[in-house]
Amino acid sequence: MVMPPAILSARGVRKAYAGKVVLDGIDLDVQQGEAVTIIGASGSGKTTFLRCLNWLERPDAGTIRIDTQVMGRTGSVVATERVLAAQRRLFGFVFQRFNLFPHLTALQNVALGPRRVLGQGREQAEALAERELRRVQLGEHMHKRPSQLSGGQQQRVAIARALAMEPRVILFDEPTSALDPELVQEVLDTMRTLASEGMTMLVVTHEMRFARHVADRVVFMADGVIAEQGTPEALFGAPADPRLQRFLRHLEPSA
Amino acid sequence: MIFDWNVVWYAMPLLAHGVVMTLQVSVVAGVLGLAIGLVAGLASLSSFRVLRGVVRGYVDFIRGTPLLIQIFLVFFALPVVGVRLPEYWAGVVALAVNSGAYISEIVRGSVGSVEKGQAEAALSIGMTRSGVLWWVLLPQAWRPMVPPLTNDLITLTKNSSLLSAISVYELTRAGQAIIATHFAPFEIYLLLALYYYLLISVLSWASRRLERSLPQW
Repeated sequence: MVMPPAILSARGVRKAYAGKVVLDGIDLDVQQGEAVTIIGASGSGKTTFLRCLNWLERPDAGTIRIDTQVMGRTGSVVATERVLAAQRRLFGFVFQRFNLFPHLTALQNVALGPRRVLGQGREQAEALAERELRRVQLGEHMHKRPSQLSGGQQQRVAIARALAMEPRVILFDEPTSALDPELVQEVLDTMRTLASEGMTMLVVTHEMRFARHVADRVVFMADGVIAEQGTPEALFGAPADPRLQRFLRHLEPSA
Repeated sequence: MIFDWNVVWYAMPLLAHGVVMTLQVSVVAGVLGLAIGLVAGLASLSSFRVLRGVVRGYVDFIRGTPLLIQIFLVFFALPVVGVRLPEYWAGVVALAVNSGAYISEIVRGSVGSVEKGQAEAALSIGMTRSGVLWWVLLPQAWRPMVPPLTNDLITLTKNSSLLSAISVYELTRAGQAIIATHFAPFEIYLLLALYYYLLISVLSWASRRLERSLPQW
């Protein structure tokens, strides 16, 4: 089978902090419409990799291609701040701790990007924001501030905020790790819906049920590299890498 | 010793004129200082190294030298290079430039204290650094700025008494003039202290009102 060109492609991504290597050369391709989960023990570099993709952290080496653009480059020269900002917009990013803007209502949180980045008028931006909030089942809460919403609702607002910018890919950084257990499901349901609608997603998660049942592909990271990847059936059914076998054994009770 | 009530009754209305001048100097210098501080504070947050260095030098100079010397520099030294300001404006400029340095540090600190994830979230929806500052960080920084800003405006108001040294006829200078003619330092300085105290109390009260009226989330 001939694969179409990947919508997102990382090559040789490296990152070190104070001499400690966190990412040791990562290659990954993500196809349009694919839902990929990244699993792995704490400290394996999953989150850093995600943050390097949209250049929240600048990779030390390697290239990241999103759609037709190479992150941080304009042709063969270093991109200006303005160009980099526009490239970053091709990614949505959902944070573990939501990072909603506390001084704005849910509606304003979602409308801020369309207004101030895309330059839409207020009415247009708020109409768009309302649509996105309804899409994550939060239509009736749109005039509340983040502090008036539950963690699960806040995370869904954050997802709507990312969606409003019409990203090519949405990156999720442990989106349910900061939530009380009873609030996890509503966020996972939202993500499952997005995946079924064909949204391209890259999800760092500890939710093995999500990795098993929603993801098209599972990537296992260890020691700053991709140690193994494949379909959920292959990875969970017949893990080859000993580090993955150990990782899955420790998870067994909850998975 | 005998407390001379007569000189107190005599001085009170005269000093009221001084209060008006002190208030006027403080308000004008305060507004200018806020403007300088805001601009310098934002400059110190910019990505231009040279701009940051200039602000750094300015703040260092102001912090490292006495206000009285700064006032003398503006009033006595600037004319040498051709900038001649009347007492009033020399005083206002010196106070504004002085408080502007401290206020720029408040602006920088308040913006810097906004949680790091806020800037990341704003970057992640495609904002440039200046957009992040303007639409996300500054709106959250106003409220924490108010208490330290009030402190600085109170300090500025008290510092305005130093302008008596260049003959600005503000509260302290007005008191000194009465002392010179009536030889009642005990009564008059006590009265001056009381006037300043009342002035500052009103400022503190207004600041608490302002802080409470700012939106909370």
